[in-house]
Amino acid sequence: MNKSMGRIVISASALSVIAIVTVIAYLLFDIFWNGKNTLSWAFLTTAPTDGMMQGGIFPVIIGTVSLVLIMSIAGVPVGVITALYLSEYARRTSVFTKMVRFAVNTLAGVPSIVFGLFGLGFFIQFIGMNLDRALMPAGELHWGQPSLLWASLTMALLTLPVVIVAVEEALRAVPEDLRAASLALGATKWQTILKVVLPNATSGILTGTILAVGRGAGEVAPILFTGAAYFLPHLPESLSDQFMNLGYHVYILATQSPDVEATKGLQYATVLILLLVTFGLNLIAVMLRYKLRKASRQ
Amino acid sequence: MENNSEKIIVNNLDLYYGKKAALDNINLSILSNKVTALIGPSGCGKSTFLRCLNRMNDLIPGVLIKGTVLINGRDIYESSVDVVSLRKKVGMIFQKSNPFPKSIFENVAYAPRVNGINNKKELFEIVEKSLRKAALWEEVKDNLDKSGLSISGGQQQRLCIARSLAVEPDILLMDEPASALDPISTSKIEDLIFELKANYTIVIVTHNMQQAARVSDKTAFFYMGELIEVGDTKMMFTQPTNKRTEDYVSGRFG
Repeated sequence: MNKSMGRIVISASALSVIAIVTVIAYLLFDIFWNGKNTLSWAFLTTAPTDGMMQGGIFPVIIGTVSLVLIMSIAGVPVGVITALYLSEYARRTSVFTKMVRFAVNTLAGVPSIVFGLFGLGFFIQFIGMNLDRALMPAGELHWGQPSLLWASLTMALLTLPVVIVAVEEALRAVPEDLRAASLALGATKWQTILKVVLPNATSGILTGTILAVGRGAGEVAPILFTGAAYFLPHLPESLSDQFMNLGYHVYILATQSPDVEATKGLQYATVLILLLVTFGLNLIAVMLRYKLRKASRQ
Repeated sequence: MENNSEKIIVNNLDLYYGKKAALDNINLSILSNKVTALIGPSGCGKSTFLRCLNRMNDLIPGVLIKGTVLINGRDIYESSVDVVSLRKKVGMIFQKSNPFPKSIFENVAYAPRVNGINNKKELFEIVEKSLRKAALWEEVKDNLDKSGLSISGGQQQRLCIARSLAVEPDILLMDEPASALDPISTSKIEDLIFELKANYTIVIVTHNMQQAARVSDKTAFFYMGELIEVGDTKMMFTQPTNKRTEDYVSGRFG
């Protein structure tokens, strides 16, 4: 009885593994196979043409890169400071710490479309509109509309928990001995954080950033209402411009183009680039984390 | 510095972890330019007491300290005392050597840099002087750029001593500084302690009776959070007045 139960469990897990691996392998192969003919240097370096039926995805790549860059510049410092507070200053048992932690965990569980709606309501309609009322001639819209800035800030909110969790883990991995040594030498707490704690957590901060970038590069829902453009013939030139985005571009090609069948090659190649970007970033994060763990064990 | 003057005077010191008393009414005077050994079984409060002398216990939440600790005549628990400048006068060596993951040079230069010294030449002079005092200079002078973690355990502990000396403290607190070291490294640390006492007041916690007998001038025996007996090391090991001291130093318990 026990023996046959064991066999069933082993077979079931083997089947599950095979199923998962097959699905992933099929997906990757399918994307690669259908996208490879479209993929070319010109595809990466030119703009879409002929009503997005032809041409490349250059502005789409640039739009995505700008998005994650501004997102990181805005979000990572906030994440690092929050993690510093949680790891170095907060008393673990205090009510306020528990509230911060609860907020971070809740933020991580909020559906991404809700972030998009929040971005539209808060950044564009509240902050943007009020900026326009204060700065622009009556009735003119500048900040009160979807833009690279608002989309990046919305995405920064979405990825904040990722940064906080990764950085806090890295800060806690810095041995207590080193903090004690620095304090016993007459360094202040802030000097200790600046000169001992943060330098030893650098790879963790990088890991957090890269994980956030990987997430931000792949998400579409938060930028639907806050800045992604259907089609822009030029690159975004300022923070108040809209921009094109890899994930959104795939959606547009697959649902909005006059001849969906004809754009299949473009769709596959765009998805391939999107996957390469996110996988690549995650791979770097995994390698950095491995390095961090190894270093903290020594 | 006057010989046999009282460098540290502890009066009626109590320490609580939450509600649990860890030190009970400690009264102890520590003399300038002498080595004072704190001995006693594990958990007797000797390390806790040591950490009262540079206020490292402040870092532990829920610790309550009563009584006074006078260093150079001033109570270090007074509210006007700056803990950071106190710790510059009272250096500490930890049980487990804890060099920063930086070069040997940067380890010793850490505190001077924190104090705002950035001149390369000045830093180099401090680093050389401190490493010489810690009897490490000859061994590492050609490898100052190597990581502080790349040298042996005994060398790392002497590096930590050099790092403390770079702040120019008066007092050195040592918390079982040789307990993780092999006998040869241990004897080097002990020789060093003997040399350092000419210029520093040293308080050392040790589990090793022979070590206490070898390096210290005065010995204080702690038991269950109380200071049982203190006296000249020779007397403590040959004719202790208290029965528990006698049992402990002769190895009958602990």
